[in-house]
Amino acid sequence: MSSRSRSTLALRSTALGYLALILVAPVGLVFYRTFEHGFAAAWHSVTTPAAQHAFWLTVELVAIAVPLNTIFGVAAALAIVRHRFPGRALFSSLLDLPFAVSPVVVGLALVLVYGRKGWFGGWLADHGIQVIFSVPGMVLATIFVSLPFVVREVIPVLREIGTEQEEAATTLGASLLVTFRRITLPAIRWGVAYGVVLTTARALGEFGAVSVVSGHVAGQTETLTLHVQDRFEAFDLAGAYAASVVLAILAISTLASMSLLKRRGAPA
Amino acid sequence: MAYLSVIVLLPLAAVAVRSVDGGLGGFWRAVSSPEAQSALELTVVLSLIVVAINAVTGTLIAWVLVRDSFRGKGVVNAIIDLPFALPTIVAGLTLLALYGPRSPAGVDVSYARVGVGMALLFVTLPFVVRAVQPVLMELDRDMEDAAVSLGASGWQVFTRIVLPGILPAILSGVALAFARAIGEFGSVVLISGNLPFKTEVASVFIFGRIESDNIPAAAAVSIVLLAASLLLLAAIAGLSRWGRRHEL
Amino acid sequence: MSIELSGVRKSFGDFVAVDDVSLEVRDGSLTALLGPSGSGKSTLLRIIAGLEVPDSGRVVIAGADRTDTPARSRDVGFVFQHYAPFKHMTVRDNIAFGLKIRKVPRERIRERVGELLGLVHLEGYAGQYPSQLSGGQRQRMALARALAVEPRVLLLDEPFGALDATVRKELRAWLRRLHDDVHVTTIFVTHDQEEAMEIAEQIVVLNEGRIEQIGAPREVYEHPATEFVMGFVGPVTHIGGSMVRPHDVDIATTPVAGGTEALVERILHLGFEVRVELVTGDGLPVHAQLTRQECEELELREGQIVYIRPNRLLRAVA
Repeated sequence: MSSRSRSTLALRSTALGYLALILVAPVGLVFYRTFEHGFAAAWHSVTTPAAQHAFWLTVELVAIAVPLNTIFGVAAALAIVRHRFPGRALFSSLLDLPFAVSPVVVGLALVLVYGRKGWFGGWLADHGIQVIFSVPGMVLATIFVSLPFVVREVIPVLREIGTEQEEAATTLGASLLVTFRRITLPAIRWGVAYGVVLTTARALGEFGAVSVVSGHVAGQTETLTLHVQDRFEAFDLAGAYAASVVLAILAISTLASMSLLKRRGAPA
Repeated sequence: MAYLSVIVLLPLAAVAVRSVDGGLGGFWRAVSSPEAQSALELTVVLSLIVVAINAVTGTLIAWVLVRDSFRGKGVVNAIIDLPFALPTIVAGLTLLALYGPRSPAGVDVSYARVGVGMALLFVTLPFVVRAVQPVLMELDRDMEDAAVSLGASGWQVFTRIVLPGILPAILSGVALAFARAIGEFGSVVLISGNLPFKTEVASVFIFGRIESDNIPAAAAVSIVLLAASLLLLAAIAGLSRWGRRHEL
Repeated sequence: MSIELSGVRKSFGDFVAVDDVSLEVRDGSLTALLGPSGSGKSTLLRIIAGLEVPDSGRVVIAGADRTDTPARSRDVGFVFQHYAPFKHMTVRDNIAFGLKIRKVPRERIRERVGELLGLVHLEGYAGQYPSQLSGGQRQRMALARALAVEPRVLLLDEPFGALDATVRKELRAWLRRLHDDVHVTTIFVTHDQEEAMEIAEQIVVLNEGRIEQIGAPREVYEHPATEFVMGFVGPVTHIGGSMVRPHDVDIATTPVAGGTEALVERILHLGFEVRVELVTGDGLPVHAQLTRQECEELELREGQIVYIRPNRLLRAVA
């Protein structure tokens, strides 16, 4: 064996070994622990009323946050790439803020504005709206942390496709709306889809921000991630593992759809 | 813009305003209280160690993914993103399952700084890999062949030719990982045990202050984290300009 | 339809792309906008199409002021430099796009697309996607797409710029024939003087955002209005203080009246054409273009002393 291939092999084993130790083994073990007492036991753990409620609340948050962020993301990307307006650069960098902020700080920030003692808290309370320690606050937190994904995915695609196709449609008599629907949207669809997948993954898995604003009421304001913590702290490891596995399966399907989208998006 | 304001800007502004409720003196007292200081120090030191490890392992993994070929490389490439996709609380739990009290490996890092460090390593793993990988792919192999033809050894080729080419990417990956590490919460909350002066990092400290309704202290430490992240983002923007300086 | 531009100006920041351009294009004519890159020719074309709004000046199409009409209502066919194919649509859907926008009955669309596919020789490709076509085919598809809506004006931006030399030659002749058939007022942009000469009935030479000359190809070539036009539409060499086309240089082996003494430095045989590089007594280089036959009759050799004289002066340099 040549020294070159021996060093290649050494590098390969080090890299794979590290990945196995830090990534594969822990995740694998959670799967093993979940199913070590059989599938029925695991199923039982994820179908308790609290777990079911947590699951559906998570779905609800995703179902609100993802469409809103998608519409906003596409509109913001169009504004940044296709229009010049004062403050465009500032707007673009502000969009990255949610990536830079600790989830706990996000939660705190929302509490300070929409909480009982927050800026709008009094007004909201007078109108009988409770944001913090209830679902609206969790929606806001979820939107906050998953906000930049669609914008960031769509901007490079819009730059890449350029304006020629849109101009061609215009010279053929298409209105702005028709051009967007028939030309721009189909051209950016894989970018949007990729952004949606990332947004969904983040929205599903958010813990810190949601944790601060939720108030942890099992069966009411508990998402799947909060349910994992709750079960763990109640020494119900089986419940924590089972809920984790549900989340992990969702994460892995996210990865799978991402690589699928990458492949479909490439030749277009 | 209104959407961005209501959801992102206004709340962050509120944190900034509340952090100086007690004047600048109050802000300073809050961030320099022994517990806050210890949490911030631990956060920064651990994050630095973690990103240093990431710089090496991340570059190594990227190298193996780009230059090596073996069966199952596609799968390995896909699971790199797992820490991005996996909810942080689940990440914490998985590490605890393997390296916690019931560890089948016989090690227990729970309630220890090593455990917190491992959690940070887990969640920041993809940053350097994903930053370096595309640059390494674009890197002109001819330059390396040219260096070899001029008599350079494998190590010399790496340090003199490859490393300068990928250094900006490594640094920007490191900066992103650092920004993530200093704010990380979900993955460390279970494993750390939140022992003040021992395993309590800044985000956990903030969470504790919110729970105990000590808003000024929470806001003050939040602002420190926020400022650090913003500086890093600016540094990353600068780095990407620097990285393009040799483009023909 | 005729096109009239008057006093059109357009700048991007500090850069003046089009500077006070006035121009008239006859109904049914075929006009080339010729100029180097950055001369404002593409911007001018985009202003006519309504894709750019001029800072000042008017655009009149078929007698009606269209300056403030948006691109989509101008009835202008535009072929983009890189064709701008709708990548996610088949050739058929690309061509039908403008008709569908206009809510033309489906039956009529089918007919019209069929006609156009025939016109641009893409009959077998209706179901293909643009990525499956060659450059020349994409170009023809883009043309069919622009023609489908029966535009009043056809505008082409560097229509052959992205094609290789043989395909380009073929398409030039084809565009000329197509114009004879369809007879729509056509303006195309090019930086290639040969292309402009070969296709256009009228050439507009642009430089730094201004019109240098408007004229028929022969007029522009033989009677250039400015030094820039002279140099841009054909090769130029200097004898004494005069500018002359290399093929208008007479070479004699014996002294002639008005002739300048020169040394033959190099003779290059380029097939039909022979290029002779000379240097005059005052050390200035001159080059001349002869036919192979002329060269053989003169029995030219490198190192020989000859006498050169322009047989047609372009313009004396002051």
